Amino acid sequence: MRRYVWLLIALALVIAYPWVFSTPFQQRLGALVLLYAIAASAWNIIGGYAGQVSVGHVVFFGCGAYAAMGAYAHYGLSPLVGIPAGFAASVAIAAVIGVPTLRLAGHYFSMATIAVAELARLIVTNTDYLGAAVGLSGPTVPRNVFDLSFISALPYYYLFLIVLAITLVITWWMARSRMGFYLRAIKDSERAARSLGAPASRTKLHAYMLSAGLTSVAGALYAMMFGFVDPESGLGILISVKILIMAALGGAGLLFGPLVGAAILVPLEEISNAWLGGKGAGLTFVVYGAIIMLIARFQPGGILALVNRLLSKRKGAPHAP
Amino acid sequence: MSFVLVQVIVGGLLLGAVYALFSSGLTLVWGMMNVVNFAHGDFVMVGMYVAYVVYTLLGGGPLVGAPLATLLLATLGIVVYFGLIRDIMKGPMLAQILGTFGLALLLRYSVFWWFGANFLSLPENLVGGTFDIGGIRIQASRLLAGVVALLVTLGLHLLLTRTTLGSRMLAVAEDSTAAQLMGIRPDTMQAIAWAIAAGATGLAGALIATFFYVVPTVGETLGIVAFVTVSLGGFGSVPGALVAGLLIGVIESLSGYLIGAVYKDMVVYALFLGFLWFRPQGLMGKS
Repeated sequence: MRRYVWLLIALALVIAYPWVFSTPFQQRLGALVLLYAIAASAWNIIGGYAGQVSVGHVVFFGCGAYAAMGAYAHYGLSPLVGIPAGFAASVAIAAVIGVPTLRLAGHYFSMATIAVAELARLIVTNTDYLGAAVGLSGPTVPRNVFDLSFISALPYYYLFLIVLAITLVITWWMARSRMGFYLRAIKDSERAARSLGAPASRTKLHAYMLSAGLTSVAGALYAMMFGFVDPESGLGILISVKILIMAALGGAGLLFGPLVGAAILVPLEEISNAWLGGKGAGLTFVVYGAIIMLIARFQPGGILALVNRLLSKRKGAPHAP
Repeated sequence: MSFVLVQVIVGGLLLGAVYALFSSGLTLVWGMMNVVNFAHGDFVMVGMYVAYVVYTLLGGGPLVGAPLATLLLATLGIVVYFGLIRDIMKGPMLAQILGTFGLALLLRYSVFWWFGANFLSLPENLVGGTFDIGGIRIQASRLLAGVVALLVTLGLHLLLTRTTLGSRMLAVAEDSTAAQLMGIRPDTMQAIAWAIAAGATGLAGALIATFFYVVPTVGETLGIVAFVTVSLGGFGSVPGALVAGLLIGVIESLSGYLIGAVYKDMVVYALFLGFLWFRPQGLMGKS
């Protein structure tokens, strides 16, 4: 019961955030945190719960972003129309990539996903229909509210919050379902899971497809907020890396891990970029690299796992004999 | 069969020898410790920048640059082994991937921060001239790089198969507890393996810096090349990496010449994915 009270308090704080921190920079920061939290939570399904470390999730992110911008640029439709299209395309791509690569041992999957992401970036960069190196733009002047082109970050903040809530509910529901149990078993020992009759390949594939679809929604929202997508912002490998690091820093395989990771790393990046200017871009990723190495070395479970352990130790202490 | 085509193939073989050299480092570490170094390509990149500094700022030639890059990178390899790898290799796979990926970012963006994102290139005439062998024109820098890389890769193979040190390392790879009972320190052997693997990337980096583009993100491309090479050649096998490296060099050169330069990376990635589709069992183990 107390857990739900805390959850409601946290939710109230998140809803109140843009009114307390009301400068455009702070509101935009809040929106970006939520946006990356959506992407990282989506990654968490395959990377955290299933333990299959995808480094190519940017393919799905880009798929959503290009679908949203393409709907406008080629058909004059609202970018919103691109969301289901991007979702469907991402799920299909995930199936095509997933069938061969998910059979492979962990490292191969990771490396294969990098190769897919790089291949996608190179193909898009050389495809005129997708704007080649220049990319695609959204509506410069919104025609109506369905173009989702706002000057203030406030509407985006609440839109992203709703999508994040949906993503988390789906994840929570999945983790409690039969699929979630299978995934945990596979993560611990795939061989043992298989020998007990868990359909490992199929379950991993379904998790990958779900994760891909949700990631594409994050990509579409990103493109709508920024009003354009190009190969670097939509398909650069660094986006994959950011998504992965946020989830791992907060706690891979934990429901709120990605949100915690995003809430730490997005402000770190935005503030250091604001302070250091263009020169900061390099330094930010040096810090990213150092953080990720330190987590891997000392706390592979992420921050939330550490917090949970400390909390349970404190709670457990009086009961100890 | 024109001279140009032969020239392209020879160029591919020479570049492929360098691919083989740094890929054999990856395959050694992977085969011995079952750790995949996602920073491997970035090690090569650091080697390139070390060479760049020596060649341009310090005024030294490849004779200074190549050994220096080898030594510095070998030292880096040892530091990385004791500082990071030794601990994460016992951890979950996520930790391994994250740890080496973090290292890759750290190296890539330290260089980016220091040197900027611009493409650097070395003076054309650093390794002077072009040879003309029976109508086939080969740049001296590429010839030097290819031949040295080929010899060192073969030397590495001999080191692993014909010397006591090599036998000890293989013993640790086979069964580290048993090796320990025989009086071999796994820790030392694994540190040596990291020194060799990283030293190979340093040398490879210094060799290709004379004709390749030098940019902080080059490690990403080279890392994938190394991975493709190791996957094709079978993990843990230096001769396999050699054959696969040469093959990839030729495929890349030919596709660059026949289809267009922008497509050569695409061909390699597509080849890799195609290989994963049709022969995953060939990748999985030593069989």
